[in-house]
Amino acid sequence: MDTMNDINSDIQKAVMADYKYGFVTDIEADAAPKGLNEEIIRFISVKKNEPEWMLEWRLKAYRHWLNMEEPSWANLKHPPIDYQDIIYYSAPKQKVKPGSLDEIDPELRRTFEKLGISLEEQKRLSGVAVDAVVDSVSIGTTFKAQLAELGIIFCSMSEAIQEHPELVRKYLGSVVPATDNYFAALNSAVFTDGSFCYIPEGVRCPMELSTYFRINAENTGQFERTLIVAEPGSYVSYLEGCTAPMRDENQLHAAVVELVAQERGEIKYSTVQNWYPGDKQGNGGIYNFVTKRGICKGDHAKISWTQVETGSAITWKYPSVILKGDHSVGEFYSVALTNHYQQADTGTKMMHIGKNTRSRIVSKGISAGFSNNSYRGLVQVGKNAANARNFSQCDSLLLGDKCGAHTFPYIEVKNNTGVVEHEATTSKIGEDQLFYCNQRGIDTETAVALIINGFAREVMNQLPMEFAVEAQKLLAISLEGSVG
Amino acid sequence: MLTIKNLHAGIEGKKILKGINLEIKPGEVHAIMGPNGSGKSTLASVLAGRKEYEVSTGSVQFLGKDLLDLSPEERAGEGLFLGFQYPVEIPGLSTTNFIKTALNEVRKYRGQEPLDAVAFLKLMKEKMALMNVDQSLLSRSLNEGFSGGEKKRNEIFQMAMLQPKLAILDETDSGLDIDAIRIVANGVNQLRNKDNAVLAITHYQRLLDYIIPDVIHVLYNGRIVKSGPKELALELEERGYDFIKSEVSVED
Amino acid sequence: MNTQYYQDHFTRLQAATRPGHLHARREEAFRDFSRLGIPTTRNEEWKYTRISGLFNKEWHLPLLQEKTITENDLHAVRLPGYETASELVFVNGFFSFALSNIRSESLTVLPLEEAAANGYSDIVSAHFGHSSGYIKDGIHALNTAFTEGGVFIHLRKTKHEKQPVYIYHLTTAEHEPGFTQPRSLVYLGEQAEMQLVETSMCLGQQDSLNSQVIEIVLEEAAVLEYYKIQHDHDNASQVNTTHIRQIGKSYSHTVTLSLNGNMVRNNLNVVLEASHSEAHLYGLYFPKGKSHIDNHTIVDNRVPHCESNELYKGILDEQGTGVFNGKIFVRQPAQKTNAFQSNKNVLLSDTAAINTKPQLEIFADDVKCSHGCTVGRLSEEGLFYLQSRGIPEKTAQSMLLHGFAEDVLEKIKLEPIRRYADALVAARLEYDIV
Repeated sequence: MDTMNDINSDIQKAVMADYKYGFVTDIEADAAPKGLNEEIIRFISVKKNEPEWMLEWRLKAYRHWLNMEEPSWANLKHPPIDYQDIIYYSAPKQKVKPGSLDEIDPELRRTFEKLGISLEEQKRLSGVAVDAVVDSVSIGTTFKAQLAELGIIFCSMSEAIQEHPELVRKYLGSVVPATDNYFAALNSAVFTDGSFCYIPEGVRCPMELSTYFRINAENTGQFERTLIVAEPGSYVSYLEGCTAPMRDENQLHAAVVELVAQERGEIKYSTVQNWYPGDKQGNGGIYNFVTKRGICKGDHAKISWTQVETGSAITWKYPSVILKGDHSVGEFYSVALTNHYQQADTGTKMMHIGKNTRSRIVSKGISAGFSNNSYRGLVQVGKNAANARNFSQCDSLLLGDKCGAHTFPYIEVKNNTGVVEHEATTSKIGEDQLFYCNQRGIDTETAVALIINGFAREVMNQLPMEFAVEAQKLLAISLEGSVG
Repeated sequence: MLTIKNLHAGIEGKKILKGINLEIKPGEVHAIMGPNGSGKSTLASVLAGRKEYEVSTGSVQFLGKDLLDLSPEERAGEGLFLGFQYPVEIPGLSTTNFIKTALNEVRKYRGQEPLDAVAFLKLMKEKMALMNVDQSLLSRSLNEGFSGGEKKRNEIFQMAMLQPKLAILDETDSGLDIDAIRIVANGVNQLRNKDNAVLAITHYQRLLDYIIPDVIHVLYNGRIVKSGPKELALELEERGYDFIKSEVSVED
Repeated sequence: MNTQYYQDHFTRLQAATRPGHLHARREEAFRDFSRLGIPTTRNEEWKYTRISGLFNKEWHLPLLQEKTITENDLHAVRLPGYETASELVFVNGFFSFALSNIRSESLTVLPLEEAAANGYSDIVSAHFGHSSGYIKDGIHALNTAFTEGGVFIHLRKTKHEKQPVYIYHLTTAEHEPGFTQPRSLVYLGEQAEMQLVETSMCLGQQDSLNSQVIEIVLEEAAVLEYYKIQHDHDNASQVNTTHIRQIGKSYSHTVTLSLNGNMVRNNLNVVLEASHSEAHLYGLYFPKGKSHIDNHTIVDNRVPHCESNELYKGILDEQGTGVFNGKIFVRQPAQKTNAFQSNKNVLLSDTAAINTKPQLEIFADDVKCSHGCTVGRLSEEGLFYLQSRGIPEKTAQSMLLHGFAEDVLEKIKLEPIRRYADALVAARLEYDIV
């Protein structure tokens, strides 16, 4: 009986979609020459008119990086990265620095319109403030004035270094030290921009804050750095989205995100990652090596990561939470979809240090084509973390028999009052499910999208409304042509 | 509406249907009865287009089209509905979302505009009232954790939403108590009109107390061996299938 | 570590033995050892077990026939049921024909060198060292390099009578710390059924390290029950590899019971190479004092339609630490695989710790695989329920723990061994808790 093969090939067909954000905007860029050395770092620092301490910080990270080795433990295969063949600074050339958002280069503005992101505040979806980052620099932030009235700072990292140096110095590298790992050290040396959010004590941020990242220039790496600080009793929901043009060469993206939640502070961080994944043969695509970590510093603090990962040729990221405050809560909700020759090694770390801390992990991996999808997670219960609780659920869905799904959970418990539970399952889309949908008039491709969205629903429910719809479509598109 | 001629079909090389002939006209209710293993569910599966079943000879015309030439979703689009004996569970997919997708796909096939959220909701409210279905059932994952009765009621609710020309009910009564059967049968009767038809497949006569058939066919060993008016069901109930077996054993 | 010492020993061994298959494999393995060295915690497979510390010790590698023991020494450590079992005895890593008793006509036992040189050379060259493809570290390589006095065990068709075979690994370690490296290859022919029990014991007061490799091959319709009992002295360490290849449609059933030892590492690999084979893996670890028990298992599904079921349970008390790492591989051709794995742990003291890493690597889509893992304490409700019926807390706790362990203990199908294991666990629970 060939039914199974038919279904596989149908599944294959249904998952072979095209990347619709692959256009290049023709904008003149102001760029550094290729390569990495102290001169380049000084160049970046000068371009950004940085204070001396910032340059020192970068150089220290760079010197440390020189003595580090690229990690090889992840379940990923890629040709070696030539760090000297990358441009570390590229900024869209704007005639004058825009005094307001209205003065942004119309070409750039059109780029963002095309991506469905409006930089005009009045047209913007209600309740979302956007910081738009192209290549290495932020080109503008919306709703700044309204937010400032509440004492909320939401601006680009470069601006924060100029305007709020005391906050940046206090928190930058406090969660992810400059020497944390190979890619974090590289980022610390060469980061060019990113977003900075500061929510003062007791303030509930009235709108979603969002950064939209776009790599445009060729041969350019993107190294952004995001820092969010939630003071006691404050709350913020932050969204991150990203796309890149289609290029034959691989491009490197090595970001660092640091979150600090003080007592009863809460940060909800959502990502829809849709960097260019490479073509159907596995050529090109973004190498996405990202370090994301949050600390629940005070009691009853909460950090929640939600990610929908559909893009990038390679994804290496483990958004983590250090549960230091007593009664603090960490969450990680993830959907990672790989197709064609994509590879993802992603998961989380929950480090229980304080008492009565809780964490929850829900990871849904979907593999199609020739891709490999790994969940790698660590749950650590320290000696003094009395009454820690963790629950992890890691499910994999395989579409076709050429792809792989892998689960690598690490569980380390040193306290006998802790309770840790981990469950994992692997499944496929059943023929009977597809037939049932067909019988109701739904074609196979649509049926697969429905089933996938059902599989991922627990995670999708965590996304803010505006993002959830986008993310659902994205899952369907990423699988187009892969099922039957 | 439906014309089946000399239909032979089987699965994995095993012959199950050995020459079915059947004609159903608009407005009619037909029942197919038969002992276990006679081919009842195979007939339903072949008509709905399950891939595993191979048709070796014979033809099926549905509203002037060659049914066997169509994919399962095209058959649904043409107006054929199968009420499953074992409705499938799909975790995480809400019933409402599923039905909305199905309805709009079928509308698209029929060249109709998709229903917008408001129109869909209105239609759903109307059919919910008609079928006595609760909102809470529809917001749950499709068939997941549903009781046997809830699953079957959900099938009939979908039928109400999709408004098929021909509904094939595959052992819709199996696993249901008499109250649940009554609810389901009521639903089916509400949907009957002069333009549509029902083919009820059942092992027992009791469903036919509520869905009154115009014709009853007895399926045995892959063939329709006897057809007659609704009273035939009572005879079968009284005498069991054995009398059929003894009547037809000579031909076997 | 003093690598020169190992080099000198190796040179002497190679000079004293005839060239041939084993000679060449040893040479290759010693090169691997020199290249790999002793694993550190940077090696992913040894992340939680700091074995390198053990190798800072000046171990004494015993020489063949340097030391032997008496029948009385052996009798002191015999396991129940030995009267009807074939008993195979290793002393300081070397097989002793004098102390062994072969009580089955279907069973052939030969020195590995002899098996490799004549009638069984095909089997030896096909299967000896297969585990090296799975366990790639210097300790394993060192065992292969020092293959001397090893044994080849062949069981023929047994007409549905299970043949009990007990293997004892005895280390003398009277005056010097003893490092022993036994090696065996077991071959179960078509329809052969074996109940294999393995245990090791250090007889002297000095530290000991028993690094052992046993490779077992199952032909069509072979049945293997394998029971490993570990309750050696506090200063006895072990690194064990049990490597099972199911090359015919066959059945394996293993229970690993680890109750004591200084540092105990068990590698259990089951390679499913014939469709419709079945593997069951069970384990109970209950370290006491400061002992550290590490179980690494691999189930490798290489062909379609195989089934595996794994349950490992741990009770961690005092300063005991446990490690569980269970890998399930489902290779691309292995469609219709059913693989289940579960690891459950109870921590009893605030100085005990557990590191667990269940792992799935799946390359086929039409499979059913799941793993679950829990770490927790005894159910409060359960305790309260028993207490409310008048049972004192300590007794209630022992009862619950015994129930927890029973899931694994009941999987021992060899009656005298099951009773023995039960008694060991019960004694531990009463001694430590009641």
